[in-house]
Amino acid sequence: MMQPSLPKFKSIGWLVLANLVLAILLFGVAHAQKSEPVGVTDDQINAVAKQLYCPVCENIPLDVCPTQACAQWRSLIGEKLAAGWSEDQIKDYFVAQYGDRVLATPPARGLNWLVYIIPPVAIILGAFILYRAMRGWRQPASASRQVETGSGSSGDEYVTRLEEELRRR
Amino acid sequence: MVANFGYGALVIALLVSLYGIGAAFYGVRKNNQGWVNSARNAMLLTWPLVTLAALSIIYLLVTNHYEVEYVSSVTSNSMPFYLKVTALWGGQAGSLIFWSWLMSGFASAVTLRKWDRDREFLPWVIIVSLVTLAFFLALSIFFENPFESLWQTPTGNITKSMLMPAGAIPFIPADGSGLNPLLRHPGMIIHPPMLYLGFVSFVIPYAFAIAALVTGRTDDRWIRLTRRWTLVAWLFLSLGLLLGGRWAYDVLGWGGYWGWDPVEIAAFMPWLTGTAFLHSVMIQEKRGMLKHWNMILVILTYNLVIFGTFLTRSGVLSSVHAFAQSAIGPAFFAFIGLTFIISLSLLLRRWNELKSETQMTSMISREALFLLNNLLFMGILVVCFWGVIFPLISELFTGQKVTVGPPFYERATAPLFAGLLLLMGIAPLSAWRYTTAKTLGRAMWKPFIASLVIVGVVLLTGVRSLPALLGFWLCGFVVSVTLYEFWRGAMARHHRAGESLPLALWRLAGRNRRRYGGYIIHLGVVLMAIGIIGIEMFQTETQGALQQGERLELAGYSISFDSLANFDTPDGRNVSRAVISVFRDGNYLGELHPRRDYYYESEQNMTIPGVRSTWEDDFYVLLVDWQPISSAGATFKVYHNPLVNWLWLGGLVFILGTLVAAWPDRDPETSRATARGSAYASVKA
Repeated sequence: MMQPSLPKFKSIGWLVLANLVLAILLFGVAHAQKSEPVGVTDDQINAVAKQLYCPVCENIPLDVCPTQACAQWRSLIGEKLAAGWSEDQIKDYFVAQYGDRVLATPPARGLNWLVYIIPPVAIILGAFILYRAMRGWRQPASASRQVETGSGSSGDEYVTRLEEELRRR
Repeated sequence: MVANFGYGALVIALLVSLYGIGAAFYGVRKNNQGWVNSARNAMLLTWPLVTLAALSIIYLLVTNHYEVEYVSSVTSNSMPFYLKVTALWGGQAGSLIFWSWLMSGFASAVTLRKWDRDREFLPWVIIVSLVTLAFFLALSIFFENPFESLWQTPTGNITKSMLMPAGAIPFIPADGSGLNPLLRHPGMIIHPPMLYLGFVSFVIPYAFAIAALVTGRTDDRWIRLTRRWTLVAWLFLSLGLLLGGRWAYDVLGWGGYWGWDPVEIAAFMPWLTGTAFLHSVMIQEKRGMLKHWNMILVILTYNLVIFGTFLTRSGVLSSVHAFAQSAIGPAFFAFIGLTFIISLSLLLRRWNELKSETQMTSMISREALFLLNNLLFMGILVVCFWGVIFPLISELFTGQKVTVGPPFYERATAPLFAGLLLLMGIAPLSAWRYTTAKTLGRAMWKPFIASLVIVGVVLLTGVRSLPALLGFWLCGFVVSVTLYEFWRGAMARHHRAGESLPLALWRLAGRNRRRYGGYIIHLGVVLMAIGIIGIEMFQTETQGALQQGERLELAGYSISFDSLANFDTPDGRNVSRAVISVFRDGNYLGELHPRRDYYYESEQNMTIPGVRSTWEDDFYVLLVDWQPISSAGATFKVYHNPLVNWLWLGGLVFILGTLVAAWPDRDPETSRATARGSAYASVKA
């Protein structure tokens, strides 16, 4: 007798679960819609503008640039945001219009790779040269072990070393 | 008339410089001290000559001689007297004269010292100084002449030249276009002279290094002679950078102090090599090592000084094409190339004579850690140099300009700066020559525990960001180590000599001002790092349009817009000044007055923030836009900058430490003579 009701119960269970999921989703959407203002806020515009540079005002990010041209760019960003464009779409739009220089860092492609590769390569190379040089300079530590002791030695040794260093300067 | 006089003084200064170079060369060749003395007199004569030229420009500036092109481009009737004087370095042509003036002053001061023990250096120091001076004088005379007048040609064109073009008549504007408003700030008045002082004083250690290379006197005498010059140069450069940061924070209206702009980096690069040099010379002095490396560092610093001036003065940053079109760019380029190649060839010639006297015994000895510090400084230099020149390379090869902005520098340099902080904590505890991990660990555990306490306190304040916690731990570690070093030294004296602790501390620092001045500098760096972590990792901002009485909230603060006034000032500005009330957690804190100044002459806006500063944070408000008709509404941009004032305090401590380190000792030669005298007296007695 209970047998047929089980699937029914099961299906009700699934239904409740499905409704719950839907409710959560709808709540989420409704909440998201509620939190999204009708207009676009200055902060939303600045969040995008911060990542862009106009070709005229060199090295001044768009969100803080005081010129009229940059104010127009900012209002353009506002229009695009209001039209539902994403941050990346807006950035791509400006790149298409004015070239890669509007971005804060060069896109990693072609010659631009060099900008990202050279500094770490140079530093690793420097570290390697330094390591080799230090190994080359090294002499058996025992030879000088008795000559001078380290900083963590007892108080008297510290004082002696300090006095020695202060005297030699 | 005065313009011709000033120009004449410049030309004579150049001729005297060229004579001095020739006389010094001839004196060396013929081993004739008379010619060298004559070269020295020539060097000394350049300073009054360039002073006359600079005074001529100042006279033209303060008396509104607008027929002189430079005067009309940087001053105007409405500018106050002091700004007219400082307009000497407000434009390209004037600032080059200012550079030359400082250069000739410094070089003259050096030639006035006692040379008895180092007579062989003298001609070469004169030659290097005079070659540098002659280069800058030539730039002024041939490319960027501040004495050129304006002329109206028969076709109505306005041109500038020293001599009147055929058929032209003098053109005298009724008013000048005025100094760039951005430069009318006390910080901007002191900032360029400080940077220039730093730049030109680094020429002196370089001149001595070259003298040492040429004469083959490759011991550490040149380093000992220029130790104080280097510190003074570094002091001025640091001051210049700090003032520049403060000026940006106060005037540029973007809520920050450092934007990784190429012009900033141009001044930062010689500072990096200079700092590395200050550390690595100690290894040569104490251990007789790294002679090659110190030469390379001082050569690099000199060339970066010239390169920095080149970057800011040649227009190359706007476009490589602008550089190619201006005559000054290639001249700079050639000079940098030539001096670099000559310096390196001299170094290669002496390579074998500069071999280390001793060997490295331990990978964690003080000298090894100093070398690591040098590696990190060089790493930051590579990032900076590459970031600045990459857009030029890209434009040259692909025709496409790119921006290398703050995110690149921040990501690349942050770990390197963190590494430097770590070394700042470890190196003072390691001994010269021989250190083991065990002895280092034994010295380190107490400060290490203390630094963990600091991390605990930071955790209690609610900070959970891992990079921030790491940063604060590093700061805590360096502070603990540094204070521990002061404490141990003072306690040792206290126990040994029975001195009271304050006296022991005072005498300890007095015994070796360089060492303890250096530690004070480290403390300053840590305070600056705290400010930098605060503003870089925890800065928040918001922007909004407010009607009168409306509020905008950020980080527990809120502002309400009270009123806005718009008025003209006698110095040619139209000022829009807002009055806003600031509240924190509902409590009224006071008024702020962010404003926007419009300069009629230059048609430029300046955004001056209203700032409420405490040790905890800055609340920084900018007037972005307003509705001029009704004055009812205005848009404000608000920044919350936590801990930023520790940056400025750190800057002051940093400068204090440098002053302690650079403070003149008793002349070691005099004191040695006195000691010998007293020993002799006691023997006789």
